[in-house]
Amino acid sequence: MKLTGAQIFIECLKEQKVDTVFGFPGGSVLNIYDELYRHQDEIRHILTSHEQGAAHAADGYARATGKVGVCIATSGPGATNLVTGIAAAYMDSVPMVAFTGNVPLSLLGKDSFQEVDIAGITMPVTKHNYIVKDVTKLGDIIREAFYIAREGRPGPVLIDIPKDITTSSAEYTYCAPREIIRDTGRFGDDDIARAVSIIQQSKRPYIYAGGGVTNSDASKELLAFAELIKAPVGCSLMGQSCFPAYHEQYTGMIGMHGTKVSNMAVSESDLLIVVGARFSDRVVSKADRFARKAKILHIDIDPAEINKNIQTYHHILGDVKVILTQLTKNLEPKDRAKWIDQIVRWKQEYPLRVTGHNRRAKDIIETLSELTDHRAIITTEVGQHQIWAAQYYGYYLPRSFISSGGLGAMGFGTGASIGAKLGRPDRKVVNIAGDGSFRMNCNEVATAAHYRIPIVVLIMNNKTLGMVRQWQTLFFDKRYSQTDLDHLIDWVKLAEAFSAVGYRLPMDGDIKTVLEKALSETDRPVVVDCEIPRDDKVLPMVPPGAAIEDLILELDLEN
Amino acid sequence: MDQYILSVLVNNHSGVLSRIAGLFSRRGYNIDSLSVGETENPEVSRMTIAVRGDTNVLEQITKQLEKQIDVKHVQVLHPREGIFRELVMVKINAPQSVRAIVVELSDIFRAKILDVDTETVTVEITGDPDKVDAFFRLVEPYGIREIVRTGLTAVGRGNQTINDIMTSR
Repeated sequence: MKLTGAQIFIECLKEQKVDTVFGFPGGSVLNIYDELYRHQDEIRHILTSHEQGAAHAADGYARATGKVGVCIATSGPGATNLVTGIAAAYMDSVPMVAFTGNVPLSLLGKDSFQEVDIAGITMPVTKHNYIVKDVTKLGDIIREAFYIAREGRPGPVLIDIPKDITTSSAEYTYCAPREIIRDTGRFGDDDIARAVSIIQQSKRPYIYAGGGVTNSDASKELLAFAELIKAPVGCSLMGQSCFPAYHEQYTGMIGMHGTKVSNMAVSESDLLIVVGARFSDRVVSKADRFARKAKILHIDIDPAEINKNIQTYHHILGDVKVILTQLTKNLEPKDRAKWIDQIVRWKQEYPLRVTGHNRRAKDIIETLSELTDHRAIITTEVGQHQIWAAQYYGYYLPRSFISSGGLGAMGFGTGASIGAKLGRPDRKVVNIAGDGSFRMNCNEVATAAHYRIPIVVLIMNNKTLGMVRQWQTLFFDKRYSQTDLDHLIDWVKLAEAFSAVGYRLPMDGDIKTVLEKALSETDRPVVVDCEIPRDDKVLPMVPPGAAIEDLILELDLEN
Repeated sequence: MDQYILSVLVNNHSGVLSRIAGLFSRRGYNIDSLSVGETENPEVSRMTIAVRGDTNVLEQITKQLEKQIDVKHVQVLHPREGIFRELVMVKINAPQSVRAIVVELSDIFRAKILDVDTETVTVEITGDPDKVDAFFRLVEPYGIREIVRTGLTAVGRGNQTINDIMTSR
């Protein structure tokens, strides 16, 4: 049947079983929005306050569900406002399809009103992108985009649609979405056999797990594999929640703000098994001092990650879930009691300790964890609170920690929590924020309030840009350049102005009472202004240029 | 740092060149030259890219290129396995007093005289980079006014084509 471009757009979203999209209308996407209006029973459109919020919401939706997140923006400023959100998704390998409108084909390239070359702008931050110049190709482009977003290493894809494409017509026939087949074509039995023999010979194996485990939905397989070979497990920031925090073999985060145990274990291990991770500089610190005693076995789906930052001893290319299953099938259980004992002793010796008054955020996050049975979805902004959320919550379920790891985008969390909650209405969603980050995109609380999305925002309010202040304290002789945020904002009133609920949790307030109230809301967002000391630090910390086992564990906080 | 020649088959549509060039610049890979043209299949273009780096850099470049949706195939051409050519046009100072010598040198290098004027001779020379460099060295004393180079282009020796290699993978 003959349909307009805008109608083809709707039909293709339906083909892909898209039921929720995030966006903001405008001139170039009027026809698309007209069709969305007609199909509002089938496709729920969430109108955000700002396109960046739409992109982060699509991202949060994707990370919480594993499905493709979809966002829509108009041409020009609408499109450029998506860019940070797209870049965040790109750095963290999140499946997303972003649609932008553009001026009609005849006006492209003429500096027309609200024209911008968004395909050019997003080229470095998308897995692929398209400008649709022929309505007959629109359908296949959308189908291909959804496939590319999820296939292999996931990532965002952008489709730029000039306005006249949405009004011109083309033949449309239904097409079932192309199936995503787990990547098993690039390794053979010999790759598995070699890995098995390397693992069997190892006395002190250690598993460094990353976001690829989540992307591949391989948490169960990772657990079985780790238990079989008796290897302790640490996660990168992106890997948080892919391995249960309660497990005896879990040693916590690895890297710049990792635990002493994880970092020592990496340095002492004789075999580092890296699963779905990319040796980010935030994990490795100094490459030539990383895991010096270990052979490196790298398991990843992206060939370009092999030998990119760290040279590997052996690698297996493909889907992490399938590879872990095959390894587990071929391995004999092995008793590594001595190594595990060592890990347990280190865990007792070096707990994630905080001293003196450096504990308010920890107490809040730990109380939150207890009240939510360690099973909430936590989104974060970027900064100290983000690392605390990674360190102290203790995740029991996969897809529970949603954070801008690679890009480190402040302002990520509110949008992401909206997306996560809409994707997983069955789970509690809490955005752990900082006062600096929250302020960047707090306008999305209005979105949550309007749609009655009961997210909870905990502002770890230290009235400063805490992470930057921490660096200024340690490395810039306490010259606090532009990091004081003692602005006179009443966060409770702000929440109420957005028709959300606001609570104050002063330094001496009872955490449990306030959090219980906040978590009990079922159809309104809640913002809790949690007062915390200005000079609480994120510890441990690997100072710049040091090896990861040389952590700063404690600081004299009076200085 | 060694030079490597990459033959890259890409989808022939707008934006692909900037996609590939952008990849090189943002990842900090050095391009010595890049030439593009349609292949026997009008839907496919072939880029010949001369890059500089060590084997690790080459490995990364190849893998990053292969990740691009528009890239169909990447082949690294080794000097022994490939034929390399570049077309260069050179405008050389050649007043009457030295014109005969310049023309003679051009003949020796099988360079073609394209244009003659009162002060200059413009010559076209095709060859591998060594030949081109040797020619430059010899005519330099007379004064080179202008050089235009197409950049290196290359093809594998023998019966096998890049398509054979691509389909056999």
